Amino acid sequence: MTDLSLNDAQMDERASRNRLMKRVALRLGLYVLLILFALYYLMPLFVMVVTSLKSLDEIRTGSLLSLPREIDFSSWGKAWSSACTGIQCEGLRPYFWNSVMLSIPAVAISTLLGAINGYVLAQWRFKGSNILFALMLFGCFIPFQVVLLPMAITLGALKIAGTIPGLMLVHIVYGIGFTTLFFRNFYVTIPVELVKAAKVDGAGFFRIFFSIFLPVSPPIIVVTVIWQFTQIWNDFLFGVSFSQAGTQPITVALNNIVNATTGVKEYNVDMAAAIIAALPTLLVYVVAGKYFIRGLTAGSVKG
Amino acid sequence: MMKKMLMVTSALALGLATTAAKADPEAEVLHWWTSGGEAAAVKVLMEEFNANGGTWTDMPVAGGGGDAAMTALRARVLSGNAPTAVQLKGPSIQEWYEEGALGNIQDVAEAENWDELLPEAIQYHLKCDGEYCAAPVNIHRIDWIWSNSDILDEAGIEPPKNWDEFNAAAEKLQGMGILPLAHGGQAWQDATLFEAVAVGLGGPDFYRKALVDLDQDALKSDTMKQVFDQMRTLRGYVDDNFSGRDWNLATAMVINGEAAFQIMGDWAKGEFIAAGKEPGKDFYCSSPSGGAYLYNVDSFAFFNVDGEDRQAGQKLLAKLTMGENFQKVFNLNKGSIPARLDVSMDEFEFCGRQSNADLNEAIDNGFLLPSYAHGMALRGAQAGAITDVVTAHFNSDMSAEQAVEQLANAVAASQ
Amino acid sequence: MTDWLEKHVPKLVLAPSLIAIFVFVYGFIGWTAYVSFTKSRLLPKYDLVGPIQYEKLANSPRWEVALTNLAIFGILFILFAMVIGLILAILLDQKIRTEGPLRTIYLYPMALSFIVTGTAWKWILNPGLGIESVFRDMGFENFTFDWLVNPDLAIYTVVIAGVWQSSGFVMALFLAGLRSVDGEIIRAAMVDGISTPRIYMSIIIPSMAPIFLSSFIVLSHLAIKSFDLVIALTGGGPGYATDLPATFMYAMAFSRGDIGQAASSATVMMMIVTAIIVPYLYSELRPRHD
Repeated sequence: MTDLSLNDAQMDERASRNRLMKRVALRLGLYVLLILFALYYLMPLFVMVVTSLKSLDEIRTGSLLSLPREIDFSSWGKAWSSACTGIQCEGLRPYFWNSVMLSIPAVAISTLLGAINGYVLAQWRFKGSNILFALMLFGCFIPFQVVLLPMAITLGALKIAGTIPGLMLVHIVYGIGFTTLFFRNFYVTIPVELVKAAKVDGAGFFRIFFSIFLPVSPPIIVVTVIWQFTQIWNDFLFGVSFSQAGTQPITVALNNIVNATTGVKEYNVDMAAAIIAALPTLLVYVVAGKYFIRGLTAGSVKG
Repeated sequence: MMKKMLMVTSALALGLATTAAKADPEAEVLHWWTSGGEAAAVKVLMEEFNANGGTWTDMPVAGGGGDAAMTALRARVLSGNAPTAVQLKGPSIQEWYEEGALGNIQDVAEAENWDELLPEAIQYHLKCDGEYCAAPVNIHRIDWIWSNSDILDEAGIEPPKNWDEFNAAAEKLQGMGILPLAHGGQAWQDATLFEAVAVGLGGPDFYRKALVDLDQDALKSDTMKQVFDQMRTLRGYVDDNFSGRDWNLATAMVINGEAAFQIMGDWAKGEFIAAGKEPGKDFYCSSPSGGAYLYNVDSFAFFNVDGEDRQAGQKLLAKLTMGENFQKVFNLNKGSIPARLDVSMDEFEFCGRQSNADLNEAIDNGFLLPSYAHGMALRGAQAGAITDVVTAHFNSDMSAEQAVEQLANAVAASQ
Repeated sequence: MTDWLEKHVPKLVLAPSLIAIFVFVYGFIGWTAYVSFTKSRLLPKYDLVGPIQYEKLANSPRWEVALTNLAIFGILFILFAMVIGLILAILLDQKIRTEGPLRTIYLYPMALSFIVTGTAWKWILNPGLGIESVFRDMGFENFTFDWLVNPDLAIYTVVIAGVWQSSGFVMALFLAGLRSVDGEIIRAAMVDGISTPRIYMSIIIPSMAPIFLSSFIVLSHLAIKSFDLVIALTGGGPGYATDLPATFMYAMAFSRGDIGQAASSATVMMMIVTAIIVPYLYSELRPRHD
């Protein structure tokens, strides 16, 4: 309004240029902000990678956060196949397979149980089913330190103490709450009429589950698998308490490499071992990350 | 039918006969020696064990000075699946015995004459109701002052032998702009410092009364106040960034000449040697305890297990653990000294020989004392209660009077 | 018979999980509550002695610190993780070309176990090694960032690392929420000339109320269970300034051999959990007609 001499066309042009400038600036600011956040998230990974590439001498004498003077990959090989996790110095390799053998069946079983529980609680409600769901959910919040001792007694009574099936049982039991939650909230969004129509057509409980519900479930299966796999793969407390020689998962081996108390610390090997131990979960996040958001979008986060 | 049953029974009988005839010793060993040097040290034992027809299954769990291993142990015992042998020490051996979990290796100990070979103070830890239930591996000395020889020589300081000397040296170094004390602010390291001060300032009798017998008068005494005052003085010799620092990073500060002293058990020596430093030349070891000697004895305790093979494994393991060869090789690797007194110290380096000489002198004088900070003197709950106060005092501006009062209360509550 | 089976199949299918939950969650909580009234030390014992463990707990300065820390940590952790998660989700929702990689970067900390990221954080936050020394080397002589070694501030470094680990997950939840908001409403609002920030503030964010609740639950569960975080980052120090109930309980049960005391602290923890979770579950699951 101050510049009365401008005609309408000029004003429009100026305004649109201004708007463009503002948008470019906003865009730029947006990217700067996103990159700053990315730096915050990447900082620890940077420290870990850089340290794993240094020689021990350089770590001992230099600054911990500086770039390596010369890149040295030997600690990676050592962490994988020759670092000492006890008397045996075979690195993480043997334990890696223990973790694979533990986590794949445990993830599969707890996901399946979650799916079928969720299906019942969302579509086949009966009197009191909501209370039962609440009781299951509450189980998610029990601090794991609390259950260690009674669990040990129980596993001993079941004669599966120290075995991989025993450890699997533990992970499945404490995973059910979350997997049921995910599937239940997903299946709730499917119209009840669908089940009614299928019932009229003579389909039974399992037919409906396998032919209608399971086929639409991939998004939520991805979410559940990612969640469960991360939890089980990274678990240390159960792994250390309920395993014995020969069944220890990778986190216990990682801990043995990293947390030696009165010996010489090899930080480069520690960091390399940490990254190796995290590779499977990192891989899952990178590969399935897209589906993760998609799966969450598909309904699990709706109340 | 009849024939089948016969076959089954004879097979059973045969099976029994074979297991009875050759019970190959078996041992699953839970321990937390996992770093390269430590692993190499225990490996000697495994090789001897296997060479004697045994099968060693390794069950290492590192972390927190054995915390994680103790968690695993508890779960294993409660599930009725105890390991054959467990790295345990001090009063926790007796605690496990009282829970009815420990076995007995008295016959091995008698045959091998352990009563003659071990210092009496240490036998005490290994016996349950007068009979051996654990085998010792080593003796760590806790109350060592490690010092950078270049710094000390340049400043014209002798390695300090009591706290007055230490304070004088530290003041002098501070005046020269050198950081006197490298320290890691973790509760157990604070406790390590504390017990070295307590024994040095109060003497062996005071230490025993206060930190072994938990005598209330000693805990509340003026001497205890002086101990806390000295802790406050030491806090002034430490840099600002000490919190949470791992002990080995503190050692690295002494190695690199960033600090003059570190007070730490003899495993610190391993870091110096790994960095190519020579004991007695590139770095010095001295003790502030005036003839007293704070020890930490690692040992294997033997749990109740089923099966002749595993029981045979326990006996063999006990025998080999006390064997002269293992005691020597293990401790050469580990930085500690043999628990048996008759092992030749010729191959040990300067500080190891010093430790052994001091040990023998302390035995003669009755100055051999269990380390509270490393779980040799007290039960976990009591030691923990003391450590809570020590670390709270060291990391705040609590006065010595307050600390003494809290200490006495915490100890009373933990009994 | 088949009719009966057909009718009860849903319950039968649910039964194994329910039995497991009743034994392994509620049975164990009951067991812990019982043991908290005993004098158990190294191993559990079953002779009741009354509430002495709770009296001891009430008199323990360390437990008091642990509870205070849980309050500080819990509130800040949940608040910051939510705010940062929401901001990131909104920023990422602006048709960012590199969304894929950025999203992975924000999300990856969840994939790592704290056993070692703890060491990395310890170095970064340590004044002598990390950020402070880097800035000082760059010439900012007076730059100070020493929270890790300050007993009064150390708990906030635990918040920093905790938020680092969990905010990406919250971001994912919110991003999913943003993507499922009805596009029609937004388009209509934009046609009406309402500014983007206003659209977010008054239309989109309010419509995501269920997601706030979901993330609140996930985060409070992480806050209460926070254990690795503290052990790896500060070990509970300086002193015991960063102790949390979970680390307190673990120390009592496993390094101190005082299972009775541990059980009493666990019972108090469970009561806190109940106080937070039950109202939520009630509001979420009360019968609705929608």
